[in-house]
Amino acid sequence: MIAHAADLATSGSLIPERPLFGSSLWLPPPASTAAIEVDWVFQFIFWIDAFFFVLVTALMILFLWRYARPRGARAVGGPTHSTPLEITWTVVPLFIVMAIFYEGFRTYMESAVTPGNGYDVQVTGQQWKWMFTYPNGYVDENLHVPVGRPIRLTLTSSDVIHSLYIPAFRLKKDAVPGRFNKEWFQATQPGEYQIFCAEYCGTGHSDMLAKAIVHPPGEFENWLENAASYASRLSPAEAGEKIYHIRGCAQCHSLDGTAGTGPSFKGLWGSTVTMSDGLKVVVDENYVRESILQPQAKVVAGFQPVMPTFQSRLKDQDILDVIEFLKTLAPGR
Amino acid sequence: MSREDPRVPHHFESAEQQTESARLGMWVFLATEILLFGGLFCAYSVYRANHPDVFYYGTQFLDKHLGALNTMVLICSSFTMAWAVRCAQLGERRALMVLLSMTLLCAALFLGVKAIEYRQKWKHGLLWARKFRAEALERSPTKAGATWAETASAKTTMAAPDGQPTSGPAASNPLTTGTKALAATAAFEDRTSIPPAGTAPAGVVSGKKSSAAKPSERTPPENVQVFFSIYFLLTGLHGLHVIAGMLAIGWILRRARRGEFSSGNFLAVDLVGLYWHLVDIIWIYLFPLLYLIH
Amino acid sequence: MAHPSDNYLTHTRGIKSWLLTLDHKRIGIMYLVTILGAFLLAGIFALLIRTELLTPGQTIVTADTYNRLFTLHGAIMIFLFVIPGIPSALGNFVLPLQLGAKDVAFPRLNLFSYYLFVFGAALMVLSIIVGGVDTGWTFYTPYSTDKARAGVIPVLTGVFLLGFSSIFTGLNFIVSIHKLRAPGMGWFRMPLFLWGLYATAIMQILATPVLGITLLLLIVERVLGVGIFDPGLGGDPVLFQHFFWFYSHPAVYIMVLPAMGVISELVSVHSHKHIFSYKMIAWSSVAIAVFSFFVWGHHMFVSGQSAMANMIFSALTFSVAIPTAVKVFNWLATMFRGAITLTTPMCYAVAFLSLFAIGGLTGMFLGSLATNVHVTDTYFVVAHFHFTMVPVGVAFIGGLYHWWPKITGRMYSEKWGRIGCAVFVAGFYVTFVTQFIMGTHGMPRRSYHYLPEFTALHQMSSAGALAMATGLFIAAGTFIHSLVKGLPAAANPWGGASFEWQCPSPPPHDNFTETPPAGDPYDMSDWEYHPEIRGYVRKT
Repeated sequence: MIAHAADLATSGSLIPERPLFGSSLWLPPPASTAAIEVDWVFQFIFWIDAFFFVLVTALMILFLWRYARPRGARAVGGPTHSTPLEITWTVVPLFIVMAIFYEGFRTYMESAVTPGNGYDVQVTGQQWKWMFTYPNGYVDENLHVPVGRPIRLTLTSSDVIHSLYIPAFRLKKDAVPGRFNKEWFQATQPGEYQIFCAEYCGTGHSDMLAKAIVHPPGEFENWLENAASYASRLSPAEAGEKIYHIRGCAQCHSLDGTAGTGPSFKGLWGSTVTMSDGLKVVVDENYVRESILQPQAKVVAGFQPVMPTFQSRLKDQDILDVIEFLKTLAPGR
Repeated sequence: MSREDPRVPHHFESAEQQTESARLGMWVFLATEILLFGGLFCAYSVYRANHPDVFYYGTQFLDKHLGALNTMVLICSSFTMAWAVRCAQLGERRALMVLLSMTLLCAALFLGVKAIEYRQKWKHGLLWARKFRAEALERSPTKAGATWAETASAKTTMAAPDGQPTSGPAASNPLTTGTKALAATAAFEDRTSIPPAGTAPAGVVSGKKSSAAKPSERTPPENVQVFFSIYFLLTGLHGLHVIAGMLAIGWILRRARRGEFSSGNFLAVDLVGLYWHLVDIIWIYLFPLLYLIH
Repeated sequence: MAHPSDNYLTHTRGIKSWLLTLDHKRIGIMYLVTILGAFLLAGIFALLIRTELLTPGQTIVTADTYNRLFTLHGAIMIFLFVIPGIPSALGNFVLPLQLGAKDVAFPRLNLFSYYLFVFGAALMVLSIIVGGVDTGWTFYTPYSTDKARAGVIPVLTGVFLLGFSSIFTGLNFIVSIHKLRAPGMGWFRMPLFLWGLYATAIMQILATPVLGITLLLLIVERVLGVGIFDPGLGGDPVLFQHFFWFYSHPAVYIMVLPAMGVISELVSVHSHKHIFSYKMIAWSSVAIAVFSFFVWGHHMFVSGQSAMANMIFSALTFSVAIPTAVKVFNWLATMFRGAITLTTPMCYAVAFLSLFAIGGLTGMFLGSLATNVHVTDTYFVVAHFHFTMVPVGVAFIGGLYHWWPKITGRMYSEKWGRIGCAVFVAGFYVTFVTQFIMGTHGMPRRSYHYLPEFTALHQMSSAGALAMATGLFIAAGTFIHSLVKGLPAAANPWGGASFEWQCPSPPPHDNFTETPPAGDPYDMSDWEYHPEIRGYVRKT
């Protein structure tokens, strides 16, 4: 079953709940180099907008009050055209929007040029899960990065379009199947920041959450080394549980018995399940392996054949770990 | 208010105003038709700009002779249609009927030739993307003698035999985590099998051009099925317009037989004529764009 | 003033005389009823959405139902209310009257286009509900072609038919304006509402066919798998977005331009003053129509489009701001030294100005590349979009009040009309200003669940939505009350000088017994108020 956004946040899984208006009414506190620049443009446009809104509204109210007349009255009259006025209110806004365009463009271009000394992370969106692949091949469900170093993201999707959105970094980029989008950022503050999916992608769109975890100087490398060695550190069942979480199984297969997009894993091991073609199958090593590598071969009755293949994405050892994990969920254990 | 002709609807001042309105309306409608095709021409341009090799390669599987024949047939039909309008204007009912029938015949001939072409494509599996069978490239008559076995070994980044491309930006990506081709049989039957993360095909605007940018007739480029998709979309939509045109011509032929037209009242013939010329003109563009790519 | 007993409502009787009518006025009324029905439906869906969002978790419906609800709300509001509202309902009724014509150029096509609309609408709504389509009104690939249910095919077919209905209406309007203007009515003697409709019709002709082919491609993609948009088959999903927005961005102005035309009428007539700078307003409509075709890429700044394309689209986007600003300033200048009666239509006109100003100004954040990246696809966009689209609805209701006496021959309660307007606008501000704040704080749109820190703002927004609904119910009440108990309306209750005020209310079947002489449509000095008939009469 999908982890609900609300549950995730209230259970305080990663960050304590913080008040919405940390530093300003309009924007969350900036946490990347680009965010500070973007906020400046935001304020620039905001005050121009505020001026014009007050101007238009004030004139409107003034005229409504000043020229209110009973029905049947005649207008005092006045000019019906004024070339100098028309030129003024065409040219002045023109220069203002040109200024706004320039500021927005300048700031955007500064962050559009990817620095050469960046650290690469590959981002894959999949309904409804983010996967972050580090250079050593380790895959994590959260984006861990060192502070103060440019991070280069390469985004793609394995199904529909998603969009990686980190409000604190003012960063958003679509993950499009069939292409690789590039984006980069440099975090300025250690801490944990919310990641959303900003492009509608189906049932679990709003649950496609993750965290951007910015490590203080020197700690990131240790974390990565430690995290990547889970297979040797953990028992096979524990490693299987980790794979269950980081590789996206958890999005569709619950552990508490509720049916999601796929059957729950609770009590699945060793049980006899009925396939959509009426065949009865005992859940054993061979069946689990086949279901991971060729998900369409046998589909449990009542479910849609929508699972993607994990062929070439999970190694044999990973599958064995998952099987060990499933055994811990067998009935009577 | 003077009424010259009782057949003029009440909201028009005169028959002249009615004719002018109807003509303008038809021209505006033709503009929308052009824009309808415009979308497809746009798709054609985008894919041709990004995958020129696909178009150079795909075009050799189209039969230029049949295409040229069809072009001639349609030009003839345009000629008979224009003549028919002239006859309607002169009030020559018999000639009008003969010419409309000839136009109808040309249109039917066009569709017949098109049907032969479609049949060949169907037989060889040269169809739109999902139905496309890549091994057809080997079987169908082609100037290039390359077979799939040869090309697959010659070019490692080549599309897998099911047409599922395995190259693309991923090939150069250092982070790719074990990229292998999917099982050859799975990809087309089974739309849910997703390419492994990082092995999806090159996108159109991703900045990376398709691997082989120079024209190549010998090796089938990846994504060659896109050419046939566009071929079927363009000719299919055009075919539907030919059928619509035939219905319209049939309708005025019926009215002509009843003697409803005269030298003062041939608006419908005129409008159908305009429509039929548009259908012809679109084909005049389609023929070189699809058949005569060099 | 004695009403001529024969008007378009009493000309013929029986249900058949309505269903098969070729009279533009009756067709306009049939559109009006259909469109108001769609509006009610989409409004109910909006309230369900706001109810669901009262709590961060599940409140009343499941995630899948929620996704269908916002699809329904968006698709119905856009395709069945905002796009056809002003042109098809008000435009059909008013356009021939303002031209001094007896009907539109092709009355049969007009009726055909109405039935195409009804059929397409029914197909779309029913198949979203039955087929469980949850793609959003934007139908982005590959979600719509790969993952969404098969019901998406009839939905797309429905929208395709609606598109053709829209094209035929536009074609009819273009030909009518070109060929049926009364003798002596030059292009610059047309009421500005007609300029708005003309610019709209041109855009319908140029943009809607592209939507048509895009939807056809989606259908073929879904049924046959042609692979144009499918990355698995060599296509490009972002190409769909280019196609879609090539129509749908101009479509925003297809919705807004007629509204601007209505506002030009309302501001001038209810200020009893000649419109300020007629030609600038007319040309700015044309300028908006032209510019709007070159800005579609601003919907794709974060899709991976090249920086060069982003720069060009951003710069072009700002160009649309200029003619819009020109219009706003000209409307204000029209009010200056006028004789403003704060009638209900005028209330809606100033509500339009206030709301649309915010809609336009917040567009700056979205047009600017740096800030767009942060706020796109969030509630900021939702709020911005509603601040531009709801004013269209506001103009529609304002226009309906304005022409109501002409359409029905009856007056309505000004007091309750004004109250309804005020409640609606206040509710609107509460609903959507809160959404701006949520957006800048990173709340993604189309979200079923949300983080608990957004709860208070979401609840405020929902409360505002309830107020909006209340305002609309009050407005509906005034219309129903008017039909039952309204006082008879004069031929010219507002003192307007365009043609539609020079035929009786309601107009006879043929509109004009004699086409009035064409003059300046905004020169109201010849009209004098007569309190005993609650209307204006031309000085003799």
